[in-house]
Amino acid sequence: MDNAPAETTKAPAVSIAPGPHIGGRSFTTRRMMLDVLLALLPVAVASFLVFRERALLQMAIGVASALAAEAVFSSMRGRRPTLGDGSAAVTGLILALSLPATAPWYVGFVGALSGIGLGKAVFGGLGQNIFNPAMVGRAFVMMAFPQAMAAGGYIDAQAGVDALTLATPLTALQMGGAVADLRALFLGTTNGSVGETSALACLVGGAYLCLRRTASWQIPAGVVAAVAAVAGLGRLFGPGGAWTVGHEICSGALLFGAFYIATDPVTSPLTPRGKWIFGVGTGLLVMLIRKLSSYPEGVMFSVLVMNALVPLINRWTIPVPVGGPVPERKRPA
Amino acid sequence: MSIATIESRGTGRFPGGVHPADRKSLSAGRKIEVLPPPPELAIPILQHTGAPCAPLVKARDAVVAGQKIGDAQAFVSAPIHAPLAGVVQRESVATLPNGRHVKTIPIQTGAEGNLDGDALWERLFGGDWTIRGLDAHDPSKIVAAIREAGIVGQGGAAFPTHVKLVRNEKKPVDTVLVNGCECEPYLTSDHRLMIEAPAPIVAGARLAARAAGAARVVVAVEDNKPEAIAAMRRAAEGAGVEVVEVETRYPMGGEKQTVRAVLGRTIPTGGLPLDVGVVVINVGTAAAIAGAVLRGQPLTHRVVSVTGGGVREPRNLLVPVGASYQSLVDAAGGLTPEARRVIAGGPMMGFAIEALNVPVTKGTSGIVVLTEADVRRAMETPCVRCGRCVDVCPLDLVPTRIALAARRKDWALARRHHLLACMECGCCAYVCPAAIPLVQLIRMGKVQMLKEEART
Repeated sequence: MDNAPAETTKAPAVSIAPGPHIGGRSFTTRRMMLDVLLALLPVAVASFLVFRERALLQMAIGVASALAAEAVFSSMRGRRPTLGDGSAAVTGLILALSLPATAPWYVGFVGALSGIGLGKAVFGGLGQNIFNPAMVGRAFVMMAFPQAMAAGGYIDAQAGVDALTLATPLTALQMGGAVADLRALFLGTTNGSVGETSALACLVGGAYLCLRRTASWQIPAGVVAAVAAVAGLGRLFGPGGAWTVGHEICSGALLFGAFYIATDPVTSPLTPRGKWIFGVGTGLLVMLIRKLSSYPEGVMFSVLVMNALVPLINRWTIPVPVGGPVPERKRPA
Repeated sequence: MSIATIESRGTGRFPGGVHPADRKSLSAGRKIEVLPPPPELAIPILQHTGAPCAPLVKARDAVVAGQKIGDAQAFVSAPIHAPLAGVVQRESVATLPNGRHVKTIPIQTGAEGNLDGDALWERLFGGDWTIRGLDAHDPSKIVAAIREAGIVGQGGAAFPTHVKLVRNEKKPVDTVLVNGCECEPYLTSDHRLMIEAPAPIVAGARLAARAAGAARVVVAVEDNKPEAIAAMRRAAEGAGVEVVEVETRYPMGGEKQTVRAVLGRTIPTGGLPLDVGVVVINVGTAAAIAGAVLRGQPLTHRVVSVTGGGVREPRNLLVPVGASYQSLVDAAGGLTPEARRVIAGGPMMGFAIEALNVPVTKGTSGIVVLTEADVRRAMETPCVRCGRCVDVCPLDLVPTRIALAARRKDWALARRHHLLACMECGCCAYVCPAAIPLVQLIRMGKVQMLKEEART
């Protein structure tokens, strides 16, 4: 090698690392969170059209509080700032969209604080939490502020917003058997939590999430299939009535939850089979709560219960490798 | 074991995998050029999987081109030959890309007795490679000729080829699968060989089938190499060799994936293609078999792609075994100022090396030099369990859990997730949005687990 030209004998500014030496850079955790925010855009727009500036206010409170909570908790734990990964913004926005438009400001604030703090930071931050942080926050405020979060809390006749003058469709159904117009449920011109009313908006944003493969399609498919199956069987063997399978799917937080909440990767299973189990389980629990409990809606509790089962589901659904399990081998002597 | 009918067919695909930008256009259009004989060669005595060779020559011996200079008694081994005439120097040691320190036999090449350029090409790949009469060759003689020629798999693992082709009554072979997938990004050596020397590939494949007792010969090529497919089809006409197009998807060239895609058969975990009646050989290996059996030519040269954004003039070179990486890089115009990482092999499974004083071995398929922009890696962030690694794993493993178990040294958990089934293709690490070094953790986990289990 003595005769090689001088400039090339010089070792290049080498960097040694194990392979693979290239990476797909288009998809990062941050991009994933951005995808969720983008997918929530149609929902945000729909909520603005229904609840006007009250929707914007809830979203602003939720996101700002979640970001503040994230900053506080990550600095308390001596971690580098994690605001940039976008996960806190997602939690805050989903929490805000799951609250009544009429909720006082401190509901969103406390919800975001407890969601980020109790739901995520105490477990060790992003990726370590067992329960969906937004739903932890919502469960917290549901207990802390029962008045604001109960069926009555959704109504504010003085607000000058049409949707707010009536009970939510599921409450109306439970109380008096009133059946909402399916078209209204689909478009979202009914009362309800800020982001849940428009089935159309959830489908548009949800389709984007699934196409981007940021959300796993198996989960919403499982949820909707389970709800449709139970509702369908109910109509087949029970009284028919005007509340159809379509009403069941388009009402309440079902589609919002199926596409945006249940699909949180951290708190859902890893394998396709596990995702089906998770989705179907969530759907069945939703129907159980809707039909048999005194709550009109059960998406939040269903997701939280299924979150708790995820480690078990992951354990049950370890796939068998292509070619079968590793054969038992004699230990080398 | 279930072998479907011999005509079994796959779908041309396998589940999982990734599709990185292939960057093959850097060198795919460059004709194979013969590297002028370098003044010095260093022939490692271990270039294959198996036992190292014992030198048959000593310092100051004169050797002729093609002379055997090292051999071993072991069945799983392959002799080494002097690629060029010259004088043997004092034994030395080289560090191969896989980190092994291996003794080498250096040869100061002489001016005389060495074929140059076109003459060498003609000798190795040119001329007539008629397939008529190939079936008259005695199978055991074919195997013996392959062993004597020191032929090992040229696709990467460098497993001695004669071992694969010996007839085994318990495990009959019905198909020889010639692997021309070349699924690693950048590499184009197999691609060029299929275009420029399809005839010896076809002849070698037929000889391998004759040796193994296989009735069927299939050449598999990824569909991003239409030129190679056309050349192979022309050469295979009337030769009883099928040429099958498979999907362009990494790691299609892995034998488990190729066999699945082409034949629809699943190699058992921990098993070999032989377990499903198949022998897989690389296209370069097939050509070398033809040279060994029909021309008595030992494996002394091979085609190496020297490419990547860090190389001034990417090339495909026919080089003698033992030539230094430096001489290849020089022949490709040297490194650019942006060169940042030199890889022996492809960027997915190849090894980064720190210096260019490494000798080419029979298994060297390429030297890829990447730039800073190519290798820049995002900072690792926590796993968000998105499951992308599960989606792309061609073996249906759950890489993130295995890596987590390896990190924690929780071997029970690692076993429950089938750690040892992993083939380390790196698809998981390639897609991971959190930039977790999944395959690296798994690789280390395997070594540590086996070590600790052996100790207890």
